[in-house]
Amino acid sequence: MEEHMNLLTTVLERYGADPEALVEILRDLSQETGYVSQELLVAVADRLQLPRSHVHSVASFYSMISVEPRGRHTVQMCQDAPCHVAGGREVWQALEETLGIHFGETTPDGEWTLQVTSCLGLCSVGPVITIDGEVFGNMTHAKVQELLGRYRGCCCGGSQGGAA
Amino acid sequence: MTYRANILISSSAPGAQAVEQALLEKIYEHHLDGEVQVMQAATLGPQAQGVELVIYPEGTHYVQLTPEDARLIVEEHLLKGRPIARLMFKGIEVEPLEAPASKEIRVVLRNVGKIDPGNIDDYIAVDGYGALGKVLTEMTPEQVLDELKRSGLRGRGGAGFPTHLKWTFARNAPGDEKFVICNGDEGDPGAFMNRRVLEGDPHAVIEGMAIAAYVIGARQGYFYVRAEYPIAISTLRLAIQQARDYGLLGNNILGTDFSFDLEVRMGAGAFVCGEETALMQSIEGARGMPTTRPPFPATKGLWAKPSNINNVETYANVPQIILKGGEWFASMGTEKSKGTKTFAIAGKVKRTGLIEVPLGVTIREIVYDVGGGILNDKKFKAVQTGGPMGGCIPEKYLDLPVDYENLAKVGSIMGSGGFVVMDEDTCMVDIARFFMEFTQDESCGKCVPCRVGTRRMLEILTDICEGRGQPGDIERLEAMAKYIARASLCGLGQGAPNPVLSTIENFRDEYEAHIYEKRCPAKVCKPLIEYIIDPETCIGCTRCARNCPVNAISGKPKQAHLIDPSVCVRCGICKQVCPVNAISIESEGKLAVG
Repeated sequence: MEEHMNLLTTVLERYGADPEALVEILRDLSQETGYVSQELLVAVADRLQLPRSHVHSVASFYSMISVEPRGRHTVQMCQDAPCHVAGGREVWQALEETLGIHFGETTPDGEWTLQVTSCLGLCSVGPVITIDGEVFGNMTHAKVQELLGRYRGCCCGGSQGGAA
Repeated sequence: MTYRANILISSSAPGAQAVEQALLEKIYEHHLDGEVQVMQAATLGPQAQGVELVIYPEGTHYVQLTPEDARLIVEEHLLKGRPIARLMFKGIEVEPLEAPASKEIRVVLRNVGKIDPGNIDDYIAVDGYGALGKVLTEMTPEQVLDELKRSGLRGRGGAGFPTHLKWTFARNAPGDEKFVICNGDEGDPGAFMNRRVLEGDPHAVIEGMAIAAYVIGARQGYFYVRAEYPIAISTLRLAIQQARDYGLLGNNILGTDFSFDLEVRMGAGAFVCGEETALMQSIEGARGMPTTRPPFPATKGLWAKPSNINNVETYANVPQIILKGGEWFASMGTEKSKGTKTFAIAGKVKRTGLIEVPLGVTIREIVYDVGGGILNDKKFKAVQTGGPMGGCIPEKYLDLPVDYENLAKVGSIMGSGGFVVMDEDTCMVDIARFFMEFTQDESCGKCVPCRVGTRRMLEILTDICEGRGQPGDIERLEAMAKYIARASLCGLGQGAPNPVLSTIENFRDEYEAHIYEKRCPAKVCKPLIEYIIDPETCIGCTRCARNCPVNAISGKPKQAHLIDPSVCVRCGICKQVCPVNAISIESEGKLAVG
């Protein structure tokens, strides 16, 4: 927790502890710690002298700010039309079936979180998914199974996060 | 076979082999080998620059490459469409090949891919900041407004409101403190034109905003950019810093008494923040929920101060209108829609990507001349324009000239220029359901008709797609669409029913087939289709049975196989792996009883 408080100080300095930068502060915290815990939300409210309800309302509104723990791997699927037209629904179902969870959920073992993302601009290779930020295009039902299997079979997680 | 990109690599340079090897490996790794062709050339530039390569059709020229650079080029440029500025050739540029379509006229995209976005001198060399200089030293704000009026420029982010009017309202609004805002939160599916401009020509947008600030009397501007575009954000920040260093932003710009500075604000993933009032809430650090209009942003915007908000493409047009004159801009386009517009073509066409054409070209020209026609030479079915709030335009309007008025007439919108092409294999009911899933998910929840109504419409559409459609569902959808559009505050709710209404209007027979015959004519909706093995064609190779994830396929080796429809989950793997195309999809349907 102390680690997180130090991070909070760093992030607040980045934005000059400006309450107007609340969205960015929360997004940075979420990205750097995986999610913004209840304690962290309270600390943000105290440090910026904002009502806790306001901080929570903002944190829960934006999809890039998570208020719940996320899995070790995050799978995102493009939710936009070009990917859908290219066969996105099959990929969508394959992801839900293979991981046994719905979009927006995390597997009980804390391994996988399944999310949607808005257009990544890679429409020529749709349907597109990302795993821990690494992009995979031209997905099919079969490729989802193969790809997730590869991640599961590898103890290190296998990803280099190539799409920073 | 047409390739999406052709790469020429200089094979004679020392180390070229390792670079080419790395390039090819990465291309195979991402399965781009069918889309990208690599060819060897002896040398590429006027003077040798180490290992070089040029990527066509854009003509991007990379120099001094290492194998690591080559891998990065595949990941960034080829896969994600983000050219890597730091690896590009800086000097006398080779003339890039124009895209195959001669219909294109580049105004907004004129510098993209041709200048180094990380170097302000490149922009200045192509008359950059010339318009700002002209405005500050030779023109009154009224003259600028006159020029804009003559140009006929309209907002490029959606509704197409005349830009000069918007600026006039903000100029005339009383108040000492005013703001200029750039909406870079484009969220149309497949529409990434703003990202391309921000990453390729950021100074054009900065210059356009500075001119707007001069006209309305603002000293401070905000860029609101999606956090999904990290490269656009870093490019923009660098450009702003360079403009400050050159005295083109900050106090007393170009020695005049005009002062203006810019700040970048990032979103955090909320589609509704593309709506102007929601965007301003987000800049202020709150939930991005729209507010009631009036008051309009021009009188009470950011922090309740008069504000002018336009999108990236609108601002990017302004400097050229000032330099070349309103008449020049107005010479392109149709009677009421002037100039050019960028479109992101996606979906079932041979060539996808970003284009810029004069308004008034027909849908047919965009799909067939620019887009190269439908993938696999299938039949065109519809094009969906304007993002999730737009409608589906059917084949009978192929020769419709594309402008704001015409798109509205056929039940769609311009939006920011999304252009998703659909072929005969697309189920229009499924498409309507898909867009409703999107808007239902993105509804901010403020207005009950939008929050609850989109969910109810989605439930009906899901029932129809899954074979539970009832007589009267179409009429129920139409009635709800009307109420949601009328009773929602912002464009998201008002436009949410458009995909449903336009598909009912143009493809009612497909809805009826789903509801009354429990049949999906495009053979897409899973509960209404069956996979069937043709016993005559099947060679009994057992491949389908071995790959079936639910063991729904039975049969002995070398004998015809059979799929049990009660077990089958319709994943389609068997059809993909069958070596003799023996598996087909059928949707025979059954007439509803009673």
